[in-house]
Amino acid sequence: MARAVSTRRKWIATAAAWVVALVIFFPIFYMVVTSLKTEPEAIAGISLIPSGTFENYVEVQTQRDYFKPFLNSVIISLGSTLIALLIAIPAAWSMAFSPTRRTKDILMWMLSTKMMPAVGVLVPMFLIFRDTGLLDTRIGLTVVLTLINLPIVVWMLYTYFREIPGEILEAARMDGATLMGEIVYVLTPMAVPGIASTMLLNIILAWNEAFWSIRLSAANAAPLTAFIASFSSPQGLFWAKLSAASTLAIAPILIMGWFSQRQLVRGLTFGAVK
Amino acid sequence: MHQPHKRLARSNYLPHPEVRAQRASKDALSGKSRRTIRNRNPARDPCHGYATNQNACPPDDGPAVVLLLIWMIVPLSMTIWYSFQNYNMLNPAMRGFAGFFNYVYFYTDPAFYQAIINTLFIVVGVLFITIVGGIALALLLDQPIFGQGIVRILVISPFFVMPPVAALIWKNMIMHPGYGVLADVSRFLGLQPVDWFAQYPLTSVIIIVAWQWLPFATLILLTALQSLDEEQKEAAEMDGANFANRFWYLTLPHLARAITVVILIQTIFLLAVYAEILVTTNGGPGYATTNLAFLIYRTALLSYDVGGASAGGVIAVVLANIVAIFLMRAVGRNLDR
Repeated sequence: MARAVSTRRKWIATAAAWVVALVIFFPIFYMVVTSLKTEPEAIAGISLIPSGTFENYVEVQTQRDYFKPFLNSVIISLGSTLIALLIAIPAAWSMAFSPTRRTKDILMWMLSTKMMPAVGVLVPMFLIFRDTGLLDTRIGLTVVLTLINLPIVVWMLYTYFREIPGEILEAARMDGATLMGEIVYVLTPMAVPGIASTMLLNIILAWNEAFWSIRLSAANAAPLTAFIASFSSPQGLFWAKLSAASTLAIAPILIMGWFSQRQLVRGLTFGAVK
Repeated sequence: MHQPHKRLARSNYLPHPEVRAQRASKDALSGKSRRTIRNRNPARDPCHGYATNQNACPPDDGPAVVLLLIWMIVPLSMTIWYSFQNYNMLNPAMRGFAGFFNYVYFYTDPAFYQAIINTLFIVVGVLFITIVGGIALALLLDQPIFGQGIVRILVISPFFVMPPVAALIWKNMIMHPGYGVLADVSRFLGLQPVDWFAQYPLTSVIIIVAWQWLPFATLILLTALQSLDEEQKEAAEMDGANFANRFWYLTLPHLARAITVVILIQTIFLLAVYAEILVTTNGGPGYATTNLAFLIYRTALLSYDVGGASAGGVIAVVLANIVAIFLMRAVGRNLDR
């Protein structure tokens, strides 16, 4: 009897969960569907079955040079992630394995830099970029995104490194391992998963960053966020093309995101929820 | 006769190996490892307590700290400096000390009040939707259901959609009064389609932003929910606690910490909502959807008023810092554990 009740409960919960999930996902689904419609079809009222044309994807490239902002997004998000990792790995490392009395204060202070609202420094950043010629360059955006995400990267790596038991290092040292040996043979293999998921999350955050990348870029260095935002004005009602461009813009990140759900929780809560 | 007893006593003198391991890991976590604190004077111990017969020191946090320090101090002090200056980019010759004029100007601007109220509405509205919805969804997804993995993926997806895309999908394909899905549904039901961005501009922005953040709240609350001890739940169930009681006295207190974290982190981001407003309403109609971030952007890059925008920036920083203090406390407490 109890089993029958719980099976029924499972079915009810399943139905409810699926309905809610589909409603939440609907805008994304509808965007993909619209991207496969012709322009007249796209505004002809709700229909979930497109005529299945890939023309929009072709036209986004031929008419609006989609590949350029895509390449900018790739370069900026990968570049800023790699630089952030290069700076953050030694920092997180030293804080996790040889903490001093100030380590906690430094970590908290790094977190506090993340709290600074971007608009608070919009004016000086704009003026600095204008005067140094960094405005609308990929280098400029890469630097800004590196700095913005650096605290999260340090924190995430720190929480991962901290879980590597110190006794293993001590044992390696007792066995005569040098610092290099310790790094190459003991720590790196244990740290790789943490570094990989930190990297994944940071790429997602950099890819989707939509304040600095819109404000500090124009035709040259505009990543996809700026490209899509500019779509709104001149393209007007070209929804099918807009949908195609949007689908292409979010697809890689959506897939990466699905694989990094757990790490996301940890990274975005600074290790406060695991 | 006494020999075995003596040996036993001596071996008891050292803590059990398991206890020692526990103590060691506890020391490592709390950062007061006996090994590293050996030499307290950093000037005489450049290698943080590592053996000094090695040539190389372990890596350092110096570069990260210096970079963030520059990033923190240079633009922020410039903002504060400019906020006391008369400086309009259209009229660069007219510069000089302005005293508190920019603050007074910003403060007495009617748009400022509207922006503060809009900011508040966006933050509170989105928080309310995402926390209540997030708890409900997390409870639902925590049940045994078929296809749990796929459901999770569907629910989490909006969080990965970049803000301009999210805003444009909603603006055009969902909320458009002529061709949007919601308009189609209203017509199907025989109702007048709603012109969302004309009639309820702020509500529309709140809905879009809430759609983006609901997955975040759900995911974090679900993670916290899954760490709730099964045995506790079963014990409560055995003791005859019904669902409402279990939720109120067991689940909610357990989630309290995660809810706090969600509120604080979201507030930081929600205070700065920008792209969603830019591509949907551009702050309008009038100032109906202009929040503080958007007002500062308008002042800075549309009116070229560097001084005024900087004063607004300082106000935004102060507001965010008030929230930040509470967040840091919540996170800092976790570090001590």
